[in-house]
Amino acid sequence: MSSAINHLAGQTVQPDPHWKSLLECAATEVFSMMAGFNLAAFAEPPAETHGDRTAMVGLAGALCGMITVRCSSEVAIKLADQMLGGDAAANPTIIGDALGELCNMVAGNFKSKVTNLADHCMLSVPTVIWGEDYVVQTVQPHEGFQFALSLDGEPVWFSMTIHT
Amino acid sequence: MKKLRVLIVDDSSVMRKIVERSLRQAGLELEEVREAGNGAEGLAEVQGAPFDLILSDINMPAMDGLEFLRGLAGIPAAKGVPVVMITTEGSEARVVEALSVGAKGYIRKPFTPEQVKERVTPLLGGAQ
Repeated sequence: MSSAINHLAGQTVQPDPHWKSLLECAATEVFSMMAGFNLAAFAEPPAETHGDRTAMVGLAGALCGMITVRCSSEVAIKLADQMLGGDAAANPTIIGDALGELCNMVAGNFKSKVTNLADHCMLSVPTVIWGEDYVVQTVQPHEGFQFALSLDGEPVWFSMTIHT
Repeated sequence: MKKLRVLIVDDSSVMRKIVERSLRQAGLELEEVREAGNGAEGLAEVQGAPFDLILSDINMPAMDGLEFLRGLAGIPAAKGVPVVMITTEGSEARVVEALSVGAKGYIRKPFTPEQVKERVTPLLGGAQ
């Protein structure tokens, strides 16, 4: 472990029940300001998690874990088009990069809302998975949550996994 | 109204495009926008031609935004060019450090074009 991460790890931040609403708030702000979409709560949340594009950003230091944003490729194209203008759908790499950047900003915005986290937790470079036939296994012990928000009626899933 | 020559330094090509788009949406007139993927590439761009404004990410591979700022101090063409840092992480310490080594301001992601304009326009000396 690098000395920088060692320094960060000395300031452990404990998970809090309010983090779900903070992540919802962080996600809503990022999607509104950077992509022009107003995310809304579902009256009846979708029962199963679906979506063939998943962006993930790791957290290390005072808080260790991962934040993900998952949606359909159609929604990912919409987001990229809105963020970059026009022809994003023609370039699959840009679509993935745009979703990764959104995830990165959601994680960064969440971090800035938690006392003592902004200066003591680092974010990884985003990774984007294509496809939905996968299982994520996280080292024990861990806890976490996920929720879906509606983007023009289509679900965008957000999750946070925290090593405890 | 003077058209601006702008350098955007960020390891994410998507973010470079978003920043350029935000500058245009904010109503700034851009003559040329150059891009660099890290601080070292940014320093090479600055050696080549004068800019009116530089926007730089803080966290980048190879050479981060803070080293980039330190490098700018030794380049005559960069003298007086306002540098605005763009950061995701919300780390006060990194922002304070950036301001102490020459940055004139910072923009925290997420941002709106209006916020970009608000932060950038006062630094342009009446050019916009």
